[in-house]
Order: sequence, then structure tokens, then C-alpha cells
Amino acid sequence: MDWSVVLPYILSGISVGGQYALIAIGYTMVYGILRLINFAHGDVFMVAGLMMIYFSASMPMYYSIPLMIIFTVLLGYAIERAAYKPLRTAPRMSIMISAIGVSYLLENLALYVTGGLNQNYPGIPWISDSITIGGAVTKRVTIITPILTIVLVVALILLIKHTKFGMAMRAVSRDFDTAQLMGIDIDKVISVTFIIGSFLAAIGSLLYFTNYTGVVPTSGAMPGLKAFVAAVFGGIGSIPGAVVGAFIIGICENLIKGLDSVLMVNGIISQQFGFATFSDAFTFVLLIVILIFKPTGLFGEKQTDKV
Amino acid sequence: MKRNLKKYLSLGLAAVMAASLITGCGVATANGDTSATAATSAAAQTAASGDATAATASGDTVKIGVYEPASGDNGAGGKQEMLGMQYANSKTPTVDIGGKTYNVELVFADNQSSTDKAVSAASTLVSSGVSVVLGSYGSGVSIAAQETFANAGIPAIGVTCTNPQVTEGNTNYFRICFLDPFQGTILANFAVDNFKAKTAYCLAKLGDDYSVGLCNYFQKAFEALGGTVVFETFPEGNSDFTSYITNAKNANADVIFSPVSTEAAALIIEQASSQGVTVPLMAGDTWDSNVITEAATGKDIDIYVTTFYQEGGNKEFDEGLKAYIDGDATALQNNGGNDMIAAVSAMGYDAYYVALEALKNAGSTDPKAVNDALWKTTYDGVSGHIEFDQTNGDAVRDTAYVKKANTETGTWDFVAEQKAK
Amino acid sequence: MNKPGSTKSFQNKLERHDRKTQIVADLIVIVICLAVLFLLDSVLDSSSMIFVVLKKTAVYAVVAVSMNLLNGFTGLFSLGQAGFMLIGAYTYGILMIPSGDRASVYQYFNGGIVKFSLQEVFAGIFGGNAGVGMFFGVLIALILAGVFAALFAFLIGLPVLRLKGDYLAIATLGFAEIIRALFQWNTIGGLTNGSNMLRKFPSFDSIVAGWAAGCPFVAAHIPFFSTLLPMIIAAICISLIVMLIHSSYGRSFKAIRDDEVAAEAMGINLAKHKMLAFCTSSFFAGIGGAMLAMFQTTIQANAFKSSMTYEILLIVVIGGIGSVTGSILGAFLFVAASEWWLRFLDTEMVFADAGTKTGFSVFAIAIVVLLAALVIVKNRGKEKKDFHRIAIIASAVAFIVIAALINYLLSPSMNVPLLRSGFRLVVFSLIIMIIVLFYRRGIMGTRELNWDSITAFFMKRRNAEKEGGEKA
Repeated sequence: MDWSVVLPYILSGISVGGQYALIAIGYTMVYGILRLINFAHGDVFMVAGLMMIYFSASMPMYYSIPLMIIFTVLLGYAIERAAYKPLRTAPRMSIMISAIGVSYLLENLALYVTGGLNQNYPGIPWISDSITIGGAVTKRVTIITPILTIVLVVALILLIKHTKFGMAMRAVSRDFDTAQLMGIDIDKVISVTFIIGSFLAAIGSLLYFTNYTGVVPTSGAMPGLKAFVAAVFGGIGSIPGAVVGAFIIGICENLIKGLDSVLMVNGIISQQFGFATFSDAFTFVLLIVILIFKPTGLFGEKQTDKV
Repeated sequence: MKRNLKKYLSLGLAAVMAASLITGCGVATANGDTSATAATSAAAQTAASGDATAATASGDTVKIGVYEPASGDNGAGGKQEMLGMQYANSKTPTVDIGGKTYNVELVFADNQSSTDKAVSAASTLVSSGVSVVLGSYGSGVSIAAQETFANAGIPAIGVTCTNPQVTEGNTNYFRICFLDPFQGTILANFAVDNFKAKTAYCLAKLGDDYSVGLCNYFQKAFEALGGTVVFETFPEGNSDFTSYITNAKNANADVIFSPVSTEAAALIIEQASSQGVTVPLMAGDTWDSNVITEAATGKDIDIYVTTFYQEGGNKEFDEGLKAYIDGDATALQNNGGNDMIAAVSAMGYDAYYVALEALKNAGSTDPKAVNDALWKTTYDGVSGHIEFDQTNGDAVRDTAYVKKANTETGTWDFVAEQKAK
Repeated sequence: MNKPGSTKSFQNKLERHDRKTQIVADLIVIVICLAVLFLLDSVLDSSSMIFVVLKKTAVYAVVAVSMNLLNGFTGLFSLGQAGFMLIGAYTYGILMIPSGDRASVYQYFNGGIVKFSLQEVFAGIFGGNAGVGMFFGVLIALILAGVFAALFAFLIGLPVLRLKGDYLAIATLGFAEIIRALFQWNTIGGLTNGSNMLRKFPSFDSIVAGWAAGCPFVAAHIPFFSTLLPMIIAAICISLIVMLIHSSYGRSFKAIRDDEVAAEAMGINLAKHKMLAFCTSSFFAGIGGAMLAMFQTTIQANAFKSSMTYEILLIVVIGGIGSVTGSILGAFLFVAASEWWLRFLDTEMVFADAGTKTGFSVFAIAIVVLLAALVIVKNRGKEKKDFHRIAIIASAVAFIVIAALINYLLSPSMNVPLLRSGFRLVVFSLIIMIIVLFYRRGIMGTRELNWDSITAFFMKRRNAEKEGGEKA
């Protein structure tokens, strides 16, 4: 069995996994605090990509990147204020429906503004150059992504574990109501969570669309969903878990895409089986398996249901 | 006092909005059309004509439905196809039917590239009272709407939908382009003749009947010539094609065939070049677009496409269309930001004139009469001579143009004119 | 006074919830509805959009009520509706394509592996009678569509139903995606036709056309009958669901929705009832999918994405979670607004002259000012800090919009601003967000429109008048 055939797929998997990780962190943070699956997160990610395209068309790169980040953060903050805050006391289904509604609105706005046409993401110098690793050709951003992800995650964990504000975030995610009684400013904690999440989405979109340079209104839906699955897989509320989950999902997805080819090259099967059809579906199979056998995810904590 | 103020404000708002709704349910028109409409206000009190036609001074109107996607996967191609029709309409806005001069009005319905929206979009056209329909870009939505048009007795002229099922087994759908079996064979022959290809890697989009269908025909033709085909599909929304490209390399493919829509195509080209793919990429008519040339510019990649029309084939048309595109900001945006002529625009242009010919031959705007007249309609357009066969209503076409993307200038280079063997 | 048979005694009987009178009242309403439909057919052109809208409403109403049964009445948040609709639609399609057309539909799979069609089988059983064959064929196909969907639901429900809340939603969403990938898999294309469409099966229009061939009355009123057919199917399905809700099972569902732990403590078998709700909901979602196939005339697995589930969810929310009438109303409003009423927003319109353009701009500015004023006045009662902030934001937004309008007024362009392809969906999404944020309970909340609520409404009015009269 020739294992070197598998290397390119694993490289692709690491590349895409790192990008899912940045989005997954946003999901897991928001879910940890608000118990809300922020369906709109993937679309914020897509809007960040579109903003970059429009800004860089009229401004040099060193203006458009910071500007894009600022506007994405503002967007995330605005969405939280407008669509989620009023529904904090409403049943869980309402706020999830609101998230779906925001996602729908963002996608339709993007469709309207771009006219549904594919937009080409500008090439960011240096990170979009091609390099060769062990015989496999890829872009430099493929290697930068996991490194940057790990740096950001470490920074985030330091923030949460060693600052007062981080303690407030942990308290809110552990027990929403008691944290309020203890004098923690809930609004501020939630807003900061969304700001951090949107910031990560902006960076994530930068890396993602440098790698996959076409932006369409539905660009954010699938990566968003997969990132959420990654977050659940790793343990919702656990940031390292989300990252590990994202890498696992990215790698599995690409292995499935290449399964037919790998097996055929090694002579194990002689005819195509069509495994690649299930590359997306396999992500969900992983999700369901983890939900059935370990619902709190790989790194999650056991939660007791108080009656 | 506070409550009353709120009440009066709300009432005022509601009244103003209601008034606008009543007077504003006006007529819809395309840009640049003569039968203009009024979106009114309660203050201005200009009456809008409540229903379809009228509004212009010069009398009767005949309506041609434009059934195209303006959004979704095929939105880009649909817009370029509509561009050809709009240009034709601006050049020839009237037609003489049975002795009377009619204004031609284009009625648009966006099918959103999705087969489940097809019926409603088609019904919108039917209820607008169109005499004939042009479209669609995308065989799937054309097939999905065919029965709706048939039940209403309205004929449809397919512009670039190449799947045979569009016209098969019905008498109301016609088509002016060549078919996929023809196109697949041409491409397979080209691959074998020019690249001595023994193995081909076909990549289609899962759930998209056009790319899957064309790959099937290519596979049949290629295997008949003695080659082997590795056929894979990618799911919708997929952005990472590196694994598929690796699959192609593992299979020692001599050529990669991927007739998918332009958004996926741009990604494939980009990733193929950054992965160092050396074999040529081939595709069908969907890749004949400036999105592809833009994606290919500056990269070391060979792209060959088969298409309906080559820029330079008809100078007058080329210049006229370029002037039209450059003269209108929306048209420029719809064409992808430059004035390169897409083959689908040329086909849209021809389709419009074929419809006018059919109307003239029918002598009336009655859809049934137009349907009967279409069988015998012929027209010499910028894409060649158009006449329909008597079994399915397909245009008798025997030529396809093969073009190569010029990665330095960002335009298409003419390679060959392939005839059916 | 109260003569038996007079309208006053009829009204009294209604108020006393007399079952027989309610049934008579129901029948009267049904006859009125049929008459209205017949009138619409006679008055309007047969191609009018109202018929398309009514047909699609019937289809979406069935699916919306089935989703409401699960989400609203049992409290199980499931996002897998599209998957079950897909199964139902494909079951119907696979079984009902006439054998003569199979070769062309399954053109890449040598005619497919299913070689018969139900309507032909039944026609054969009944001695060549095509009409009776079609009737039984459609009936059995619809039932089988529901059965297969329910079967998949049962298999999926076994592992998934013990998950809570959001996890159940994501798990069902995942299963819907897996089902969709499965149906597109090329290897089983002999059955499902892979990525290609299924078509040529009987649709509402083609079935009615079949009747019309034999009966001139039908031929003269095709829109009436082709709209009536899906409405009858929808009415039967929804009645069955309503009967289930009013039974003891329905009460168990509501108990589970309100408090699972308490319900279990009261002796309700959670697993069994949840599975019952899930399978019933999927059964009717499957029938809804088959109806969608009959409406669209072609089906493709690609179209049954999660966005279809979101549309149904939005319908349920608009109508009111926990109200069957709400779901039906919501379905009508959703379909009418998105497919018909708002279509004009997609077309580019041109002003006839400068006068209309000025008039329009003035009118738009007036609306913006009114809206801003309304927002400010409405919030006058709030704390100073909040009020200032709202006032500033409202004024700023109004200022920007008015500046843009004035800029437009001064420009030479004669195109109506904003109106172009895609605007319809933007407006639609905004309306949905407004409903979700400000009218959380939807149109009907948890209320239903039935005789009890109607008579209660009128009785309340009458009593209020009486009291007012007494006081005076």
C-alpha cells in the first residue's frame, strides 16, 4: 500500500481544516455563551470576502485589509444587537429562527448587490504564491493557515484563562442567570464574544478566499455548516476541541474525495465506487456518530440536566 | 396626546403606503424599451395602466417572454444571454405582423437556475400573455418548465440549452443550438486527434444534469475511440478541488474535461494552475465566458472550449454589441465588466430574430399560430444558418468552434472549426 | 322567539358547541369556498397566477402543518423536512413514470431498473380502464410516498430522537443532506436517475387533462379542477393531522412540548410518543413531497436542499408555531408574496416623465420622515439615555436615506432606484425578519380558527355591547 499517495489529500485537508477551524471557533464561542447556533456566522464570513473584493478594487491592500476587518466586526456586532438581543428571553426556537432569517437576508443582499455573478478575490501578495512540499504543489497560504490558527487559538485561550474578562466569559457560559446576578455585564460579554467571533471570521475569510478565489453569495453556507459540525464534534464550548474537530473534518473530507483514486492506484479496487459523492455527507455522518456515542463531543464536559 | 400622535402617524404612514400600492401596481418593462411605465405616488396622481399592454402612443404590442436565470449558478450565463436579446430588441423594437406594426416587449422572468422555481417563473410569463418564450440558459430549468408552456400552448425557443431532453417528445420546445451528443463527440474527437489522449478525467457537478449529461456523452464518444474515462462528481458549494486534481494526476489523465458552470470553473482553473497541472483542460459552451479568460490570465494553463460563435465572425454585430455594452453601465456589469462578446449573447441575439421571423410567418400573435409557424421558420443569423428539423424542433447544426484561452491577453484564440464527421 | 330551524336557534346551537350544527356549518363553508373557486375560474383568465399560487399553497400547507405537528405541538425542533419530502417525491416519481417514457427519462441508465408504473398496473387489474387505473395509481403512490418517508424517519429516529433541542435540529439537518447525497449517487442511478431529473409522471395538470378528455364540463373548467385536486388532497391530510392533535396522542404531544420531564413522570412513554410524532410528521411530509412532484412536473434531488426546510420553517413561524390555521395562512402568504405579489420588484421600471419621478421622490422622502418620526415617538416613554440613542440612530438613518434620494432626484437617471433582479428576495427577507423580531407569535399565535373561537369572539362582542348598554 503506497502511503505517499495519501499525502496530497492530507495536505489539502490540513489547509481546509485550518480555515474551518477559524470559523468553528466563532460558532463554539457563541454557542457556549448563548446556546445559539449562529447560522448567520457563515454568511458574515462570506460578506467579509465580498467587502474585501470591493475595498481592494478601489484602495491599496494595506487599507482594505484593516477596513474589511473593522467592518466585519461591526457587522457581527450589529447583527447581535438587532436580531439576537431582543430575543434573549424568547424560547430557543425563536432565536434560532432569527439566526436563519439573518442568514437568509445576508445571502439575498449579497445576491442583489453582486447580481449573482462570481466575484474574483484579489490575490494578496506573498501568501498566495505557490510552493512545493514533498512533491505536492500548494499555495503558501496552506501552510500559514494552520500556524496562524494555532497562534490565534493560543492567544484566545490565554485571554479566557488568565484575564478577568475571560473569567466573566467562562462564568456566563457556565451559568447565564447566576452570572448576571453576580454583577457581570451580560451585554458586554456577549458583544465581545460576537466581536471576537467576527474578527476570526474576517481573518478566516482572508485565508479561505485567498485559497479558493471565487466568492458567490452561497460561499459561506457549507463552510459554516461544516465548521459548526466541527465545533460540535470537538465539544461545544471548547475552543481546542473546535480546532481539532475542524482539522479532522477537513482531512476526512479530502480523504473521501480521494478514496476512489487512492484505492485504484493501489490496485485495491478496479472500478470506481463513487465515494466522492459522499464527501459532504460524510461530515454529517461523523456528526451523527459523535452525537450518538459522545454527545458532548471529543473534549466536552459532561452536562447534567437539572429538573 | 402622545397616544393620539402615534396613532395619527401610523395612520398617515399606512394611508400613504396603501395609496402607493394601489397606484403603483404598474407595468413592468425592460430597460430601454419604448412602452415606459410609471411608478407613481399619491401626490403626483399619475395613473398607471393597470394591465399588460397599452401605455404607448403607437398602438399594439406583442410580448416575447425571456425565461432566463438572473441569479444562482447560471446567473452569469443567463445575464449574458439576455444581453444579446436586449441588444436585438434595442436594434429592432418593432415587427410587422399581418400588415400591422407591433411594438416588441420583452417580459423577463428569473428562474433562479433552480428547477423548483421553474414552474412559477414560467407561470409568470404565461400569465403575462406572451406569444413566444426565449430561453433558458441551462437545460434543467428548460426541461422543468416545458410542460407549463405546453399546457398554455406557448412555444419556446431554447437558445443554448444543449441537453437532448429539452425538445424530445414535445412539440412546443425548439432550439437553435447544437446538442450535447454532438458536442461531446466533437470534444472527444478533438482530444484524441490533438492531444493523443488515452485517459480522460471527467469532473461534473453532482446534481447538475447539464454537466453530468455532457460528461456522459463525452465518455461514450471517448470510449468508442478506445480511451478510458475516470468520471467523478463534486458536491454543490465545493470550493476545494485540489483533491480532484490529485485524482486526475493519479489516473494519469491526458486531458481534464469539466463542463461545469463558470463559478466552479474559475476555482478549478485557479487550483489546477497552482497545483502545476500540465495537461489541457477542456469544456463545453459554459466555459465560453470572460470569467474563464480572467481566471486564466497570467497562468500557465491550456484551456480549450467548444462554442457556438467566435468573436470576429460578424464584424457589424461585434461592433454593435460592444457599443451597446459599453454604453450602459448595467449591461457592462452583467457582461462581467468588459465588452468581450460571449457566444451566448450572439445566440440570444439570433433567437430574438428567429422569434420575429416566426411571428411574421404566423401572421398573428396567437401562440398556437407561432408554434405552427416555427417548424418552417428559417433565419440566417450571426451564428450561422438556422432551420429546424421536423422531428424534435432542433436546429440543424453541424459546426462547432473550438477556442483556446489566451493567457497573456485574456481573450480567446480561434483554433478550429469542427464539423460533424 | 326561538323557533326550531330559525337562524337564531342555529346560532344558539353553534354557541353551545353542538357537534351536528358545527358539521353543517363546516359544509356550508366548504360549499362557499368551492363557489368562490369556481367564480375565480370563470372570471379570470386560465393562466392567472392565482391558480398557481393556490396549488403551491396546498402543497406547502401540508408540509407546514406536518412540520408544525413536530415543532409546534411536540416541541421537537427538526430540520429534516426536505429530506422526507425528497423521499416522498422520488417514490411517487419512480413508481408513476409510464413504462413507455422510461427509456427517455433514464437515458443514461438504460431505462432504469423499475419497468412498470402503478397506474398501468391498476388499469390492467380493472380491465384496461385508464381513469380508474390512474385514480388507484395516484392514491397508492401517495400513500407509499408517505410510508417510505415514515420508514426512513423511523430508522433515523431510533438514534436521533433522544438528542435535545439544537442537537436534534443539526442531526436531522445532517440526515437530510445524507439522504440527498444518497439519491444523487450515480451507482444507484438505475433507480433514482442520479443527478438527472425525473419527469413525465402524472402531474395535477396532466391528470385533469385526462379527465377533460372524457368530460366536456371538466374541459371547460380546467383551472378549477386542477386547483381543486391538490386542495382535496391537502384537506384530507390536514384533517387527519388535526384529528391526531385532538386525540389523546395529541395531548401527550403537547405535554411533552411543555415539560418533558413532567410528562415522563406522569407516565407518558417519551420514546414511543416522540417516534409517533416524528413518523407521522414525516409521513405527511412525504405526501407533501409527492404533491410537490405533481405540481412541478419534474423533480431533481438537488432542489431539496436545506433552504427548502428553512422556507417551511419560516412559513410555520409566520403563521404561528402551534396553530394549524396559522400554517395554512402562512403558506398562502409566503407563496403569494414570494412568487406573485413581489415579482414586480425584480423588474426594472422606468419613469414616464420627470414629473412622476419628482412625485415619487417626494413621496419616498415623506415615508422616510414619517417612519423616523414614528420610531422616535414610539420610544418617547423610554429612559433618556436609550431614547437619545434611538433618536440619534433613527435620525442618522433617515438623513442618509433622504440624502441618497435627493442625490437620485438630481441625477439624470430615469430608472426607478433599487428595482432590479434580486430585490424581491431582499424585501422578502426583510419582511420575514420584521415578523420574526416584532411579531414573534406569528399571525395566529397558538389560536385556531374554528367554530368555537368564532362564536366566542362574537359572544364577547355581544356581551361587551350589552354591558355598555346596561351602564348607559
